[in-house]
Amino acid sequence: MALEFRVTTGSNLPIYRQITDQVRRAIATGALLPGEQLPSVRALAEILVVNPNTVARAYADLTQEGVLESQAGKGLFVAQRRQKYSRAERVRRLDSALDAFVHEVLFLDFKAEEIVTVLQRKLAEIEGTSASKK
Amino acid sequence: MNEPVIETRDLTRYFGKKQIVAPLNLSVPRGSIFGFLGRNGAGKSTTIRMLLGLLEPTRGSSLVLGEDSQNLSPQTRGRIGYLAEGHHVYGWMSIAECARFQSSSFTHWNDKIFEGIIRHFNLERAMKAGNLSRGQRAGLCLALTLAPEPELLILDDPALGLDPVARRSLLQSMLFVARGEGRTILFSSHLLSDVERVADHIAILDNGVLRANCPLDTFRESVRQWVLHFAGDVPVLPPLPGLLQSFRTPGEIALTFANFDESIMAQLENLGAFRIEEVPLSLEDAFISYLSERGEKSFFLQENGADGALKMDVEQPSRNASQEVAR
Repeated sequence: MALEFRVTTGSNLPIYRQITDQVRRAIATGALLPGEQLPSVRALAEILVVNPNTVARAYADLTQEGVLESQAGKGLFVAQRRQKYSRAERVRRLDSALDAFVHEVLFLDFKAEEIVTVLQRKLAEIEGTSASKK
Repeated sequence: MNEPVIETRDLTRYFGKKQIVAPLNLSVPRGSIFGFLGRNGAGKSTTIRMLLGLLEPTRGSSLVLGEDSQNLSPQTRGRIGYLAEGHHVYGWMSIAECARFQSSSFTHWNDKIFEGIIRHFNLERAMKAGNLSRGQRAGLCLALTLAPEPELLILDDPALGLDPVARRSLLQSMLFVARGEGRTILFSSHLLSDVERVADHIAILDNGVLRANCPLDTFRESVRQWVLHFAGDVPVLPPLPGLLQSFRTPGEIALTFANFDESIMAQLENLGAFRIEEVPLSLEDAFISYLSERGEKSFFLQENGADGALKMDVEQPSRNASQEVAR
């Protein structure tokens, strides 16, 4: 599998969150495609040298969100993409993510247009890579 | 299946007049990898030695695998593996002789595990135990402790003195052992990065007092830090339940709470800050905040019955602004 997971200790993100973030990012960039299989809980725990319950929790969260789906007896696979949140919930999540982002960049003294340009370029990059892989 | 493998009842130990372990009620769930944390001298080794029946409690008792620690039968002892602090070995024996000696006191011995671990640590059977480096000695002790495939593994500061590569081997060995059905590992450690990787439950001992006993994730979710930004001076804070630490800088105050909830958030929102943001804490930051609290030891984490919810009793309901630590 092309995807390589990395976890670091001492981060302000718990390890299970590092795993869920990496899976989501891999799907967003097309490094993981719908239908692709994920390593088993035990295998990934062994690779990362972490408690298997940590991997199990990350997978459970992703399954609950509909990012992954389990096929009985076969394992976990990347789900076909569909939106499970309501419009209002998506707006709320976008808003809170942007709040964090804005607070972070406020002190860097960029002009609003500069920030918007960089943001647009990044979004285009992600769409570009996921489109080219599909 | 769900009865704890270790359960202590008001387990207490004094050395002379000094209380080393205050009445301790701890339970270790079967199948867990249980990190036993605390600063030096917190009473971890004393507790472990009482659990194994190597030291008599001043008061109270403990059950290990269902038997009283002070009267463990040889059969039950055979189901427990114990790695003592300091990695002691018989220096005059070769590694092969150490293995023969150790295996003679257990009914079961998995030589594949022994071989696997000594190879992990670059050891050969002909080597004399007395000539090994600290890390190699740790590897040998670990191999001797794990080869009988004990149902309960008790490791007293196994990572002490190990280099990063040897530590990683130690963690891999621990995870390997824990794969077996119903195997439990209790290990004491100062290395929170190791704890973060392998532990699913933790207990924190502070000056002999148990201050937390819960899943690791619960601990992390319970200790939270918020920064409040003010246009002018930071006002005097009202008593806030669960406040562990506060740091003031001009126009700003950082507050760390144990068991933060909505009612505290409502109080924070009433203080007139123009912005309130959460600062996520690493495990180490959370641990240090939790233990560096001054004054009364007022917080206690406990798993509350079958639902696994966290309950924290706050005996001393508040700390006021005069106790803030100035930065």
